[in-house]
Amino acid sequence: MKQHSLALKLSAGFGFVFLYAPIIALIVYSFNESKLVTVWGGWSLKWYAELFRNDQIMSAAWVSLKIAFISATLAAVLGTLAGFVLSRMRRFRGKTIMAGWVTAPLVMPEVITGLSLLLLFVAMENMFGWPAGRGTTTIVIAHTTFCLAYVAVVVQSRLASMDETLEEAAMDLGAKPVSLFFLITLPMISPAILSGWLLSFTLSLDDLVIASFVSGPGNSTLPMVIFSKVRLGVTPEINALATLMILIVSIAVIAAIVIMRRQNRFQKP
Amino acid sequence: MMTPPASVEAPRPTLIQRFHRLSLGRWLVILIPMLWLAAFFFIPFLVVFKISLSEAMIAVPPYSPLLEWDPDSAFATLRVTFGNYLFLFESRFYLDAYLSSLRIAAVSTFFTLLIGFPIAYLIARSGPTSRTVLLSLVILPFWTSFLLRVYAWMALLKKNGLVNDILMSVGLIDEPLQILQTDFAVYLGIVYTYLPFMILPLYTQLEKMDMSLVEAALDLGTKPWRAFCLVTLPLAKPGIIAGCLLVFIPAVGEFVIPSLLGGSDTLMIGRVLWDEFFLNRDWPLASAVAIVMLIVLVGPIMFMRNGNKEAV
Repeated sequence: MKQHSLALKLSAGFGFVFLYAPIIALIVYSFNESKLVTVWGGWSLKWYAELFRNDQIMSAAWVSLKIAFISATLAAVLGTLAGFVLSRMRRFRGKTIMAGWVTAPLVMPEVITGLSLLLLFVAMENMFGWPAGRGTTTIVIAHTTFCLAYVAVVVQSRLASMDETLEEAAMDLGAKPVSLFFLITLPMISPAILSGWLLSFTLSLDDLVIASFVSGPGNSTLPMVIFSKVRLGVTPEINALATLMILIVSIAVIAAIVIMRRQNRFQKP
Repeated sequence: MMTPPASVEAPRPTLIQRFHRLSLGRWLVILIPMLWLAAFFFIPFLVVFKISLSEAMIAVPPYSPLLEWDPDSAFATLRVTFGNYLFLFESRFYLDAYLSSLRIAAVSTFFTLLIGFPIAYLIARSGPTSRTVLLSLVILPFWTSFLLRVYAWMALLKKNGLVNDILMSVGLIDEPLQILQTDFAVYLGIVYTYLPFMILPLYTQLEKMDMSLVEAALDLGTKPWRAFCLVTLPLAKPGIIAGCLLVFIPAVGEFVIPSLLGGSDTLMIGRVLWDEFFLNRDWPLASAVAIVMLIVLVGPIMFMRNGNKEAV
């Protein structure tokens, strides 16, 4: 296969350039002095200062962070339960259906999820009077639902690739199912849960479509504010915001990868 | 309730699975996520279907009730209309929107595969250290904001953006091209944002592949290209299918990419649904659009689920 090496490396290299060039361009432009985004006017931090003075963006960022934190936490709990049930419990009626409900949200077009949840919330409000109006609560429910699926898949695949002998040993030594879960299984999958939490956090922070459907007036999340600004064209402030978000996400991802690598010692031989 | 066909033997439960046998406490563990998904994933579709059968009207909420109580006779009349669906099929506009979404999603999926395959292959064939680094390089954009990655292309593709600047300074073109707000930009945006979804399942499959099979084919005098087609591709098939579905299904309903990168004539059904809902406030018609989209996608989604069954 040696004669393939060069062609392969070139085409893969092209792919990586394709993946990173827009992101790098965005970061570089965020330090551009000029107001005209694409005309270079020298290095400057002025758009970062401008960004932090923008109350609309700052309050939307706060709303988004709050929602992301709550949704990711709820999704981590529910998703871990779902992933555990799917991989560690014997077949029961409805397991196939559950597997479908866990995987389908991963690919469901967001417009469908958003519309269907909004119509559900409206119907629920008419019938039970809850949730009264739409806002943070409805966004949290919506985000928890699609993030749950991601956590479940991560946890399920970790459990599937994990060595079962430790759990079997605890079982032989007489551990009750509940203590087996909390003393053995949970610590072993905690890195997967953590990375599922991080993934949920970033997905919730990023969601535009679903949040637009299920949010109420005065509850704009950060992506909604970004979208309304970006629709009108490229702005230097958004470049600065994007750079900060990319930086934060990169740190989180690298941390998650390091954590996941440490977990390899539990892998099946 | 679905039961597996008799010919298919259910996998024997593992020791742990037998240990966690089904008692009351365990049903609780099952029911919590199950009820959540039923309430907020499954039932919403029924609500959408119900509303797609009603008529739009100026009210809060803006649709007619399906059951109407008649105070005189104490009977409820069921008012169901298929008018929204008829309207969808009679109007050329919606049909075109569905077809053009499917076309755009299919073409983009093909190019995503074309670009993603060499990357996945290279990662799968690297040593352990460079494999981790390269894999992280693929995962990083996947975690980075989708919206911001689409936005990044707006700055590059503008009339006076970087791409046009480079093309002009190289001398390939004399005046800036209109790239932003074309279908081409939409293809580019989909390929770009969904690329990690293609690479990751491809990598997982290629990593499992036994390279000695390819070596055997080469030793027996097969040309590398034929060895690739006859050995590598068939072995990678599950990964290719998974990757293509992960890109194709969400791309059909894509909203952000056509509205930021596409022109006013870029017709995609996700955008049509959005406009129908937010601009025209026609909730029943938007629901019908969603239900038809769901019917179109249910085949690919079921197909993908079958792939996941092995893991269950």
